[in-house]
Amino acid sequence: MTAATAGGGQPNGGLSDLVSSRSVVVCCGPGGVGKTTVAGVLALEASRRGRRAVVMTVDPAKRLADALGLQNLPNWPHRVDGPWPGELWALMLDTKATFDSLVTKYSRRQTQAQAILANRFYKNMAEGLSGIQEYMAIEKLFELNDEKRFDLIVIDTPPTRNALDFLDAPRRLTGFIDNKFYKFLMAPSRPGLKALNVATAAILRGVSKVVGSEVVADAVTFFQAFEGMEEGFRDRSHRMRGLLADSGTAFVLVASPRRDAVREVGFFADKLRQSGILVKGLVVNRTHPRFGTGLAESDRERALTLAGTPLGPLYENLADFSQMAAAEGSHIDSLVAKVRAQALAKVPELSTDVHDLDGMSEIARYLFAPDEAAPAPTATATSPAATAI
Amino acid sequence: MDPREFVTQSRVVIVAGKGGVGKTTVSAALARMAASAGLSVLIVELEGKSGLASAFGSLEMLGYTERTLAPGIKARSITADEALLEYLDEHALSKVARKLATSGLIDVVSTAAPGIKDILILGKVKQLEQARAADVIILDAPAAGHALSFLMSARALVDVVRSGVVRTQAQGVLEMLTDARRCQVLLVTIPEETPVNEVVETADALQDKVGVALAGLVVNGLYPVLDGLDADPEKVADAQSVGLFEGEADVLRAAATFRQRRQELQEEQMARLAKALDLPQIVLPAIFAVDLGLSDVDTLAQALVDGVAALPSPPPQAPSASAAGSKPAPAFRTSW
Repeated sequence: MTAATAGGGQPNGGLSDLVSSRSVVVCCGPGGVGKTTVAGVLALEASRRGRRAVVMTVDPAKRLADALGLQNLPNWPHRVDGPWPGELWALMLDTKATFDSLVTKYSRRQTQAQAILANRFYKNMAEGLSGIQEYMAIEKLFELNDEKRFDLIVIDTPPTRNALDFLDAPRRLTGFIDNKFYKFLMAPSRPGLKALNVATAAILRGVSKVVGSEVVADAVTFFQAFEGMEEGFRDRSHRMRGLLADSGTAFVLVASPRRDAVREVGFFADKLRQSGILVKGLVVNRTHPRFGTGLAESDRERALTLAGTPLGPLYENLADFSQMAAAEGSHIDSLVAKVRAQALAKVPELSTDVHDLDGMSEIARYLFAPDEAAPAPTATATSPAATAI
Repeated sequence: MDPREFVTQSRVVIVAGKGGVGKTTVSAALARMAASAGLSVLIVELEGKSGLASAFGSLEMLGYTERTLAPGIKARSITADEALLEYLDEHALSKVARKLATSGLIDVVSTAAPGIKDILILGKVKQLEQARAADVIILDAPAAGHALSFLMSARALVDVVRSGVVRTQAQGVLEMLTDARRCQVLLVTIPEETPVNEVVETADALQDKVGVALAGLVVNGLYPVLDGLDADPEKVADAQSVGLFEGEADVLRAAATFRQRRQELQEEQMARLAKALDLPQIVLPAIFAVDLGLSDVDTLAQALVDGVAALPSPPPQAPSASAAGSKPAPAFRTSW
């Protein structure tokens, strides 16, 4: 089959540097574009280059586990054996378990932790508060980084439309815990604040009318139990933000070559830039194959001229693909212009789903193309991907 | 079945499926089909996505206020915050509403009762349905996993919240979801392994856990069959005395092989689907364009009409005035 190339003449496959020299790679992008697979391939490649790599997924669809030949992924690093000189570990984020262990860590007494863990409001929060998954993903990343067991940590992130949802997750959780509501609730225990007490009661009555009094009681109990732990969370959030902004951390955006994804990913890149973070890599995933170099219009014209003859359907089919490739090409051009990433990789739609290591190696071929074998930083970087096929 | 009969099986049609399978496009095509059958349509979208308006050639995002996108088709978005404020206002609780909005308390409240945001949105949909805002209300649902928790929110909330207006709202929503004459789900998938697995799981969960009726399954993006892709380009070119450029035969052959390969894979998945899901199935063709416009939507609307025509009429359930006097499979009108 002809080599499938999509889009304009941008360089391809330049993600080598990322897996060879960075310590943290964060894969972001809209849902359904293949973030998890790309994250897996990056970690696999690092282990092929002799590094100790771990990949963490937030995707409950178990696709990464399947691709790595595992039944299930636990909430802690699980070693994946394979023919590579380095190490490959994988885990799947369990939001609630991660939150539970944080609570246990920061509680002052065991009874405090128990009271919180048993609270219904806390359970709802651990499972459903918007942004909690993002927060726990960063928390887990932070823990893994602290352990210093790995040379490279790759994480894929929940599909967020807005980069800020991810970057701001630490601040948002502390903001939530530091909420005015919480302050209101704490007020009765402080001297001289009778007036607030009255205001609190009025608000609570109003809220009770809407959601029912049991729910309010749960929330009050939670915030009371949580007292004294905010400081620990606040401090940790601060350090988590520091890790994301660190020079050893690289952000990779994964996108598909479609109008809505272009808009979303462009917006995403803007927000990252505003936060002082540059996008190191852009992966355009699942591009349609392009056959030949002809213009879509001339292929279509030929299909029309030859319609009714045995060559007709062959040209019609070719024109269908050329047309797709041309349209995608213009989206890739605007993605490149908007994201201004240092490296670009285009991965064509494969003829089968990626469900094993062979499939991942196939993707690696496009992420680390040998002609872009990058300013090889180490001796191991002699493009093992090229031999992996 | 005729298109009118199909879309009026319930007053609300929820279009659900995994991200990227074309829910928004199917919603748009369904709306065109219904409008063409003379029905008024309201499309509701939830996530502030731009896809729906742009499928109708509009660059402006949808807002909380209804807007006409095409003849007979209005559209709007619903967000939880706006729905809550409106609800509280209407129920003489505007003081609480202001407090919630200004103090950040809404986050605390929606955590206290998870799914409250979903209930507010569905509650608003229910209100539109009760007010007969249109003959057909099409809800472009959140992506698969979310769709399930979105639709399960009513049942979950009724379990957790024992009193208050939210409980009343959740009960009302649950009644709507479980009444097949008021609400049904139209599932969308593409013939690929993971989306097929997911739609099968979603279908089971929707029926078992939510108790919502399924109107059918749309399989989107099927490569139209092109006969004659087996032909050897060199031979047929020779036979026709058509000259080929150097390498052109290889290019034609590679493209033909790729399509055939994809078609085989799609057929396998179609067979799996047919085995796993006993649902009325409508197949829509792949459109070779990256961003679909109104003419593509109309192509799909016509395919929907054809697909619906091939479905058997459902056994008569409740007497439905609008389904009476139906004509056999009228053509989809593309000109207005």
